[in-house]
Amino acid sequence: MDSGRFDFTDLCILNRSSTTCFRANTGRWTGAGNPAQDDAMPHDHHDDNPHSLLPSEPALRVKALETILVEKGLIDPAALDAIIDLYERDIGPQIGAGLVARAWNDPEFRTTLLTDADRVITELGHGGRQGEHVVVVENTPDTHNLVVCTLCSCYPWPLLGIPPGWYKSDSYRARAVREPRTVLAEFGVTLAEGTAVRVWDSTAEIRYLVLPMRPDGTEGLDETALARLVTRDSMIGTGLPHSAGTTA
Amino acid sequence: MTRIHDMGGRFGDGPVPREDDESRTFAKDWHGRALALTVAAGALGKWNIDASRHVKECLPPADYARFGYYEKWLAGLANLLVEHGIASPEEIATGRSDAPAPDDLAARRLDAARVKTALRSGGPSARDSSDGPAFALGAQVRTSAIAGNRMQNGGHTRLPAYAAGRVGTVVLHHGAHVFPDSNAHFNGEAPQHLYTVSFAAGDLWQHAESPHDEVRLDLWEGYLEPA
Repeated sequence: MDSGRFDFTDLCILNRSSTTCFRANTGRWTGAGNPAQDDAMPHDHHDDNPHSLLPSEPALRVKALETILVEKGLIDPAALDAIIDLYERDIGPQIGAGLVARAWNDPEFRTTLLTDADRVITELGHGGRQGEHVVVVENTPDTHNLVVCTLCSCYPWPLLGIPPGWYKSDSYRARAVREPRTVLAEFGVTLAEGTAVRVWDSTAEIRYLVLPMRPDGTEGLDETALARLVTRDSMIGTGLPHSAGTTA
Repeated sequence: MTRIHDMGGRFGDGPVPREDDESRTFAKDWHGRALALTVAAGALGKWNIDASRHVKECLPPADYARFGYYEKWLAGLANLLVEHGIASPEEIATGRSDAPAPDDLAARRLDAARVKTALRSGGPSARDSSDGPAFALGAQVRTSAIAGNRMQNGGHTRLPAYAAGRVGTVVLHHGAHVFPDSNAHFNGEAPQHLYTVSFAAGDLWQHAESPHDEVRLDLWEGYLEPA
């Protein structure tokens, strides 16, 4: 620490990785040892990392931010409950599975889903945040589709719910584009010889949903039974649907 | 040029970590709270989705690497609150508010009754454009040699480094969409035509797993030139 700039009116907060100090002489928060960089980007908080002022325990970080915003009148705690409830109860992979099952049983619906998914989704009331623009891509014997977001974690929330932890992991984001077959093998998926892998890196606001191939031996099943065969991972591309008669 | 988040193709990460219990939407209760808090704070309208992505990308690399997903969200939220004058560093440090928010901002609070409607309407990024697309389906295009924001040094961009300076084929056209390189810095939506471009895996990677594989990315017209 630069003790020459430090006196008793300064306030320093130590965190796991950093020290942030309030400099009484300048009235600014600074990271110790990180002189302010005037040409830095607005978000480059070399000289003031507000996030490092939060408690070290993540649950307490949430509590701190929630408390501040509730006290300011900017957050309705009941709204937070409602958001959590929506994604825990109403919105999840069952939405996407319903679309897939119907596409398997209804050729006209399948065609529309593959060519104008937004229309279908809007008509069925499945639109919403992180699913404003959807493209459905079809697996065939020649092509297997796999969806990733290397830059963040874009995912079709209204159709599949909140993404699983692995989808958001560094490993999946880093490797799915370069070695998709190795990643698929980790998920237990081995493709037929001659099947090409088509990876979709979701770099914009288009969200991709995979339409998996209908399992053999499911000819007589209705949509409800078919939907039970459709796994979340089969709609991301890291899995395949269940076989007939093996519904989990 | 790149930031820590731009990790596509990176070596060194181990196997994809799988959850022990996938039956829970949120592995920990605070995960759901962090998500809901971020969504509700975003509804105040002080920033946009591009800015909220960029603030996470701007975390110090050491923090980005050690933070879990929702820890990045919380860090980004804290930094946005301070940057936009909603909370002070002192308030972040104490976890208490010193003063109520201005009435006009408080009036934008997302109330519980509005949650479903707000999340069901979302925030579409497609925009009308009077200009036609520069590239037709099937066109060969080359991406910018450098994956970087042309207007802001170190600014937000959505061209990953692994796809910079590569030649691919336009396979989809999505119309015009808000341009993140501009919008993230509050310089206007500046919509541009958006395309899906297909690249042969062998044109991206030294040791592609199969010559038949491809990677497709959504890229704005400004990232592309005729090849």
